[in-house]
Amino acid sequence: MRVGVESLSDRHAKAMESFLEFTASRIAPYAGDWDNARRLPRDVISALGEAGHLGALVPAEYGGSGMDLIEFGLLNEAIGTGCSSVRSVVTVHSMVCRAVQRWGSREQRERWLPRLASGEWVGAFALSEPGAGNDAARIGTTARRDGEHYVLDGTKKWITYAQAADVFLVFGHDEGRFAAFLVERDTPGLTVVPIDDVLGTRASMLAELRFTGCRVPRTALLGRVGFGLSAVATDALEIGRYSVAWGSVGLAQACLEASVRYAGERRQFGAPLIKHQLIQRLITDMATSVSAARLLCVQAGELKSADHPDAVTAVWMAKYFASTAASRAASDAVQIQGANGCDPAGSAQRLFRDAKIAEIIEGSTQIQQTTIASLVSQAGAGED
Amino acid sequence: MTDVKAKITEFLAGHFKNHDLADDEDIFASGYVNSLFVMQLVLMIEREFAITVEDEDLDFANFRSVNALVDFVSRKRAVPVAS
Ligand SMILES: Cc1cc2nc3c(=O)[nH]c(=O)nc-3n(C[C@H](O)[C@H](O)[C@H](O)COP(=O)(O)OP(=O)(O)OC[C@H]3O[C@@H](n4cnc5c(N)ncnc54)[C@H](O)[C@@H]3O)c2cc1C
Repeated sequence: MRVGVESLSDRHAKAMESFLEFTASRIAPYAGDWDNARRLPRDVISALGEAGHLGALVPAEYGGSGMDLIEFGLLNEAIGTGCSSVRSVVTVHSMVCRAVQRWGSREQRERWLPRLASGEWVGAFALSEPGAGNDAARIGTTARRDGEHYVLDGTKKWITYAQAADVFLVFGHDEGRFAAFLVERDTPGLTVVPIDDVLGTRASMLAELRFTGCRVPRTALLGRVGFGLSAVATDALEIGRYSVAWGSVGLAQACLEASVRYAGERRQFGAPLIKHQLIQRLITDMATSVSAARLLCVQAGELKSADHPDAVTAVWMAKYFASTAASRAASDAVQIQGANGCDPAGSAQRLFRDAKIAEIIEGSTQIQQTTIASLVSQAGAGED
Repeated sequence: MTDVKAKITEFLAGHFKNHDLADDEDIFASGYVNSLFVMQLVLMIEREFAITVEDEDLDFANFRSVNALVDFVSRKRAVPVAS
């Protein structure tokens, strides 16, 4: 029922098979329980680490599995079919890995990458604040230089997996010059306040981070002061957006599979639901948009692997299309299952709640709708 | 170097519609650019000129104008014969 992409290599097809097996045995059967418990057990994190999935974007020299971007995308799709909370942790952790690999000094890479790759440590990405979401340049957290240290003050909110993460990539500014810091969990002056019961990705263990006179050594600074947002955050957010796009394909694929199964079994008015044309239409739209979203993700991955400047636009398009398609698919999956779709013991209501989150994070739908227009009008301007 | 300059100018022209950017004009002072632009610029430079923008290159002085970008690319491409 999964319409694959023929142009992908055998190696990618094999990788996907193993990612789907991993999801079927280690993730999907427990996703409902984790959602109810509002937490992920550490052993699923260890299993991800042992399988090499937490070191997806870390090169082999630092103990990672050095996946290419298509393979990384497929991993997100596979995990996204099983549990969006787990996929969210993979997203933010991979963003931190990417940032350390891309901008870290040799010492920083040696300190953090092997631990992040093995899953001994999990990374979280701390940009949003009570007063700054899409408008990230409004962050109020300050990072004041004090000799060989920086002193962080401020509050981060909605930080995925912050309840359990070991290291945080934190963004602040010194008189308007943005900077990024790697802050270890046990740093004095950092308080972690759990946020439970969010609408979706309920097991992703969000928290608020409060920094009060939190002193970090200069070696915690990642990249240069002045480039925290324009280089470090923007680059990491692109990986996050790419990961969420593929994860949304997985979520929509799960909706499709659940809908086809249910519509084949459930009988009303003397026939299985799938025989009713209005249900056929819902399933047709769902199947077509899952495939379209997957192709946009492949396009984004290929352009990004080639470091093509159009990759920036392609990743935004993939995320915009895939997240909105996943939201529609999840809403239709609930519709097709009627009351059973609202059953707390079933998966449809969880998929529905999780899909909404993908439209909010890594650039909300409205921000996609304005940014893509500005990206394509820039690209066109030089060509005529 | 004219080739490098031509490529940089062509890329920037796509972003600075209706504005002829002078070679020494401050790109960031113009108010036209955002963080996505910086990333596209870094990607373009890395791809076109086969260099890697590293941590220590993150200095606005390297990206500030057409001339600064041309200088930066030529410095990055100058590989020492013996170390
Ligand atoms: C489950 C979950 C996990 C998260 N995990 C993380 C994390 O790990 N790290 C982190 O840093 N943050 C995280 N976030 C926060 C997330 O990144 C922000 O919610 C997101 O950036 C949107 O910001 P906001 O919620 O403040 O909405 P706002 O930016 O206040 O936007 C509110 C609404 O207004 C719209 N809007 C805003 N600006 C415009 C505009 N210019 N034009 C039109 N419409 C506009 C938006 O689309 C949205 O619908 C998480 C959020 C959730 C819900």
